[in-house]
Amino acid sequence: MSCGPLVFLAAFFAFAASWFGLVLAPQFQVGRLQQETNVVNTTELYPSARPGLARQGLEVYRAAGCAACHTEQVGQTGTVCDVVLTDAGTNHAALIETLIRSGLGRSNPGQYLSELPKPVRQGLNKEEADFLATALKSAGAKADVRIVPVGPDIARGWGKRRTVAEDYLYDDPVMLGSLRVGPDLANVGVRLPDPNWHLRHLYAPRLEVKDSPMPPYRYLFTMRRIGWQPSPDALQLPGEFAPPPGFEIVPKPEARALVAYLSSLRTDAVLFEAPMTAPSAPAAATATNTPAK
Amino acid sequence: MIEDPSSSKSPAARPDTAQVDASCRVPLFVLFGSAVSWAVMASALALIASIKFHSPDFLADCAWLTYGRVHAAAVDAQLYGFALQSGFGAALWIIARLGGNRVSQPWLIGVGGKLWNLGVLVGVIGILAGDSTGFENFEMPRYAGWILFLGYLMIGLWTALTLHRRNEGRLSPPQWFFLAALFWFPWIDSTAHLLLLVFRVRGVEQSLIDWWWSDNLLLVWLSLTGLGAVFYLVPKLAGRPLHSDRLALFAFWTLILFGSWAGIPAGAPVPAWIPALSAVATVLTLIPLLAAAVNVRQTLDGHCRALAANPAFLFVGFGVAAWLAAGVMRIASALPGISPITSFTWFGVALSELHSYGFFAMILFGVIYCSVPQVAGLEWPCAGSVRAHFWLGSIGILLSALPLAVGGILQGLKLNDAGTGFVELTKGTLPFLRASTLGDLLMMIGNLLLAVNFVRLSVRFGRARLAPSCASFAADLKPAEVKP
Repeated sequence: MSCGPLVFLAAFFAFAASWFGLVLAPQFQVGRLQQETNVVNTTELYPSARPGLARQGLEVYRAAGCAACHTEQVGQTGTVCDVVLTDAGTNHAALIETLIRSGLGRSNPGQYLSELPKPVRQGLNKEEADFLATALKSAGAKADVRIVPVGPDIARGWGKRRTVAEDYLYDDPVMLGSLRVGPDLANVGVRLPDPNWHLRHLYAPRLEVKDSPMPPYRYLFTMRRIGWQPSPDALQLPGEFAPPPGFEIVPKPEARALVAYLSSLRTDAVLFEAPMTAPSAPAAATATNTPAK
Repeated sequence: MIEDPSSSKSPAARPDTAQVDASCRVPLFVLFGSAVSWAVMASALALIASIKFHSPDFLADCAWLTYGRVHAAAVDAQLYGFALQSGFGAALWIIARLGGNRVSQPWLIGVGGKLWNLGVLVGVIGILAGDSTGFENFEMPRYAGWILFLGYLMIGLWTALTLHRRNEGRLSPPQWFFLAALFWFPWIDSTAHLLLLVFRVRGVEQSLIDWWWSDNLLLVWLSLTGLGAVFYLVPKLAGRPLHSDRLALFAFWTLILFGSWAGIPAGAPVPAWIPALSAVATVLTLIPLLAAAVNVRQTLDGHCRALAANPAFLFVGFGVAAWLAAGVMRIASALPGISPITSFTWFGVALSELHSYGFFAMILFGVIYCSVPQVAGLEWPCAGSVRAHFWLGSIGILLSALPLAVGGILQGLKLNDAGTGFVELTKGTLPFLRASTLGDLLMMIGNLLLAVNFVRLSVRFGRARLAPSCASFAADLKPAEVKP
């Protein structure tokens, strides 16, 4: 090859292609995402920015390098459909006949119809589920087809659905993580809502999770002499983890912020690009304005 | 860069190899000397991080030494302190050697190297103090990023000028590789720095840019620089010409074309076309992998056994083998059937260790062991320790990467089986992590051997340089020189 400028130009275009493809094009597609209004059954926007203390907690999470061991992304392998009987209607005989024909409710149909809503069949594909739901409806009953995401992460309880680009809109920096030494945290605010659990777990991980390999974060806490009366914030620690008599362990503001951040981690809103049926959707829609669980 | 065959100067005007090497002395001592120190520092930090898996309470009460910070500091000390820096040195030496000309402004490149090291030092201290950016492989805080970029500009600019002022008109394969690496680094670094730290993009676009940066640095840049060194050293050590320049060119183009699109993990929470495209590109990196392997094999053509006596060749040979192994692992982990098992596991860590240490660091150790004696005009003070370094390094890497790869696959199989408790599956990886800590320890001892050897060589060089002037100081004054 004896043409330096040609090598340079061709390399330039090859590199530029990658830059346009993986930096610029995604910027147009996901870098300018806005809040969505298609959260099912509500008119609210998703996502909303995290509260101030949680945002400070994100900085603690970043500074401590938590993302070296924890991911914040849930995957799913697909979705299945459950058919749920919500109302038996009046024509029980026809309904029971339909149920028996679909292989269910044979044992004690009367009792079967008494505890509604009840899943009739689970793990169907969309066509099978629609067929069954239509059959139940033609027997005078009311039946829902519910979309349920499945996969090992979801079976572990790490999330209700897979996470999508929309979920990270207000996080800065976004720390998705690449290694699961510890469990995924994308939904930890829903899974472990108790802030005191988190504080004790940060101070002494093996107090809450036996054999956990997580290092303790005692530098987020101070040990101090108990004053006139014990602080209400002091950690309740048993046995070997307890401070010496006359002392107490209280969380520093960083620990509180980190726990506020962890508690704010929830990716369970129903979105257009990650369809699922929220189990309590009708109740949530009428009762509260919060995202459906 | 602009090339004109008629510009080749007459042999009389060309400096000989010794003069070219002498002109590399200042920058290479700065770049390689500091790189070796950072390699020791990085392996010590990695060892501290690794020990924490066996005893989570180890150094846990100091915020500066918590796992997340030490781990990030170790990765960045290795990446910026050793890999990039030694890569700049190798590029400079080989470009000057192949061009048959003296280095342009060696002192300014030396100053650039010092600036780069200041940036790495500030950055690593910043990470330990909690200023990490939170982006994987791009943890260097913003203030360190500016110093690093300025340092790079000084190194890169005069390296490019050295290439431009070459006496040998024709560009040979190593020069394409180094030219592309010289040019691509500031592009990816400025993109990541500006879009992640200055004009911050939103949401997962941050992760995409971070993945793009990591891939282009670890896969493309390290491979370009490492292969450049391989295509220079293998023919040199074997005493035979490179089998095929065209095949090298083919590896070069396909590496740039496909390698620069790889790196977005499957299942990432981004639009599906991006990981899909990336997986296809990753699989296509098989082409440069095979092209380079065939070229090296044909160049050697069965002379391996005779060359094994040369420790520098051992390093290069191990490096090429590790590059192939890491490449095959990367392609396997991009396949749709395998990626759900390997993602989020130690397999990925094993892959990047094999690539960064097994391939790149070993090749660069080979370059250092070859070039420094030439540049200094001195042999290594302890020849035995070169061989010891090779064995410690290679066994260390195998002990570190193999158990992590096997442990990662087992971990992935269990992660995909929701019936296995999470703590239980994490405990299952501990025996593999133990073996890998032993590997980290061996690698650290190997790096220490190189550092000691380097220091002893520098001391000898200094003595040899200073001896004449010392002698004239110490000599008795002649009566005629003493003023009455």
